[in-house]
Amino acid sequence: MALPNGAYRGLLATVAAVFVGLVLWFVISLIVQAKPAFSTLGFSWIVQKTWDPTHGKFGLLPFILGTIETTAIALVLAVPIGLGTALALAYLVPHRLRASLGTAVELLAAVPSVVYGLWGLIVLAPLCREYLEPFLTSVFGWTGLFNGPDQGVGLVLAGIILFVMVLPTMVAISRDVLAVVPNDQVEGAMALGATRWQVLRKVVVPGARTGLLGGLTLATGRALGETVAVALVIGNSPYIAHSIKSPAATLPSLIVNNFGEATGTELSALFGAGLVLLVIGVGVNAMARALVRSTARGGAASVAVA
Amino acid sequence: MIEPTPPASVEERVNFNTGEVLMNPSVGEPIMRLDDVTVSFAGRNAVRGVTFDVHQGEITALIGPSGSGKTTLLRALNRMHDTVRTASVTGSVKLGATDVYAGTTDATLLRSRVGMVFQRPNPFPTMSIYENTVAGLKFNGVRKKALLDEAAESALIAAALWDSARDRLKAHASTLSGGEQQRLCIARALAVEPEVLLMDEPTSALDPIATKRIEELIGELKHRVTIIIVTHNMQQAMRVSDRCAFLLMGEDKAGELIEFGPTAKLFSEPTDPRTLDYVNGRFG
Amino acid sequence: MMTTLTFDAPADPILERRRRIQSVASASLRRRKNYSRVAIGVCWVFLAVAIVPLIGVVAYVVIKGLPAWNADFFTQVTEPEGIPGGGVWNAIVGTAVIGAIATAVAVPVGLLCGLFLAESDGRIAGAIRFTADVMTGVPSITIGIFGYIAIVKNTGHYSGLAGAFAIGIIMLPVIMRAGETAIRGVPFHLNEAALALGARRATVARRVVVPAAMPGIITGVLLAVARGLGETAPLLLTIFGNQYLQWNPTKPMEALPLVIYNYSSQPYADLVQVAWGAALLLMVVVLVLSIGSRVLAAVLQREKR
Repeated sequence: MALPNGAYRGLLATVAAVFVGLVLWFVISLIVQAKPAFSTLGFSWIVQKTWDPTHGKFGLLPFILGTIETTAIALVLAVPIGLGTALALAYLVPHRLRASLGTAVELLAAVPSVVYGLWGLIVLAPLCREYLEPFLTSVFGWTGLFNGPDQGVGLVLAGIILFVMVLPTMVAISRDVLAVVPNDQVEGAMALGATRWQVLRKVVVPGARTGLLGGLTLATGRALGETVAVALVIGNSPYIAHSIKSPAATLPSLIVNNFGEATGTELSALFGAGLVLLVIGVGVNAMARALVRSTARGGAASVAVA
Repeated sequence: MIEPTPPASVEERVNFNTGEVLMNPSVGEPIMRLDDVTVSFAGRNAVRGVTFDVHQGEITALIGPSGSGKTTLLRALNRMHDTVRTASVTGSVKLGATDVYAGTTDATLLRSRVGMVFQRPNPFPTMSIYENTVAGLKFNGVRKKALLDEAAESALIAAALWDSARDRLKAHASTLSGGEQQRLCIARALAVEPEVLLMDEPTSALDPIATKRIEELIGELKHRVTIIIVTHNMQQAMRVSDRCAFLLMGEDKAGELIEFGPTAKLFSEPTDPRTLDYVNGRFG
Repeated sequence: MMTTLTFDAPADPILERRRRIQSVASASLRRRKNYSRVAIGVCWVFLAVAIVPLIGVVAYVVIKGLPAWNADFFTQVTEPEGIPGGGVWNAIVGTAVIGAIATAVAVPVGLLCGLFLAESDGRIAGAIRFTADVMTGVPSITIGIFGYIAIVKNTGHYSGLAGAFAIGIIMLPVIMRAGETAIRGVPFHLNEAALALGARRATVARRVVVPAAMPGIITGVLLAVARGLGETAPLLLTIFGNQYLQWNPTKPMEALPLVIYNYSSQPYADLVQVAWGAALLLMVVVLVLSIGSRVLAAVLQREKR
């Protein structure tokens, strides 16, 4: 079959239109299904504190906070550790090992998140309860952020699992962008008398910042939207956490845990939670893209004409 | 009216941390001495048995066809081969009283005394013009704003970049033209006030006009820093250098020094027939 | 030690500055080198910190999962707690059927979209490209919700098809962008030469461009499939789960990620054991797909030369 050129272009455009239609259908159906919740509860329900379906209260604030808090814990760990690991893989590990270690990291990025959740719940939760939480309480107890019993499951564990889960993605991307910083930049710094660390810190990392930011965005997006790994280890409590050790819930874990039994306004509220999650996810993504574009314009553009 | 400055005392001229004499030898005295320098990668020689002296306040050119090891030799002088695991340098390189390859000599510190300019302009793209100029000083621990500013201005003036760049010191280095970028790289190297400046075919990526500016610049920098320049362009070597080292690939594929001497003599009446062949364009 | 010191030289501002800079440089050398050593040491520590949990996950899944692997595990359906034996055959079938349907739909649609993007540079194509990028980062649970609204609600029941729909949508943008990148990588002259011979665009695409882009396309597709098979959240909202063997995708189905999720928090050791076994199986499948995509791409790349 050899389509005439016009028909060929038409076919491609149609299929592309199907994709656009699907995305529109996706967004619109989410809005339509969430609408009852908005019309019954007004807009303020999104930031209300109480989730109590039996009394018709569907405040999303605890879950929005939970989502932000778990993501923040994950990133606080993942940014330095991911960057350090990526630097080590790109510049410090002996050449022979670089390729194989790099591949291993990329493969780990493909491990399904539910596997991380299972490991977190069964292996890490007891360790967290017996060792990590008492330790954190004894060291940081004075901040007041670590009150309450050591339970294993909770914000800390969820944050740690998210950290472990996003780490391979972040390291794989960061390593790639760090490794492609031109060698003449590295040599230029070396020739000026820079120490090894100064070369990495002042030239390599800034030179790769656009790509590093991209990796960070991807990691943030994955952490914000992760459902099952978090649902397994966060303890699923619909209250605002008063301590980092407390059980909590995130928007995705709320949806997945309540979806089975929900009807009427509650179901609509869950769709609304999905919509809020979608807005946060797309917002972070778009913001990061804008940021990447502005830093890319800042300098990395054509340095020299050969 | 310039205030006459009293002569510096001996204490000021000797760095008691390292015991090194900071004062330069007078013009014309050897500042860098290469003795039987051999560079090899994974056991294969790339440059073999090179011996010559680099004289204070002069421009020494390394010439020879490609593959003769000019760049390899140049990079041995500030220990740039240190990062290559398989590389080894034997023989002796001396910078003043410092043995470049002695175990007690720190490569980082050495590189602040022996600057380098590369083939392709490589300013740091994320830094401004000013930040690029003072980058080396900051790497070397200089924090005083006054010293940074003074050194930056002096280096930019010396690199003939001050007039065009003084009003946009905060602009990104990538806004400069190729020739200006290379002059920024020269300024960046000069700001550290090295004793020797290594230049690895600094004009090979530039157009003829930019090349001319850089060549003029090199001549003007003589009073400030001793220059060793690698060039594949014999006219350039003739125009800018005081002395010339001619290297050629030997039978074992390693570069060796064929002839070393004052540029005028090397080009007009070379002692070695191979030099004659080369300067007359009989090699590739 | 004999040195030449010229006391009567006029004080040169450059020499003076050189002296100041060199003394700062050598005085600060130890501090700078120590700082460098510590910072680089920290990088090594971070590398170790990163490797430990990652190896821990893989090792644990292998150690805990292997004992669960026996003949029953691969041939029997899941049993409720208390009943010994049982396997995950129903989940394997579900994952395979759902994955196959999602792939069968998402690959052609995704590749045609990729072809469209590769051949267009206008504002509309830009917007579609941006949308695809954003869609790859959309939380998968929201796509599960979409599957529920679009299929489950409209058909009135949960089904494997609803799951395949959601998984397909997750795979689609990945395939699109991978396909576009691979197609754009095809040297322009191949395209031009064929067009100059009077070939139609469709023929050129089918005979020249797509075959030349095959290594990249296959890598992209296999990675998308690997990602799709591991997704759990969308399935929770669409296929419901089914402890009986079900080949019919219009009916509720079981899937491997669902088994892991549902059984891992059960207080029964035998069910947790099955969860580990399923986790190992899922991990192996996903890793085989990822490694396979690389190997295949490398082989195809070599053949082309």
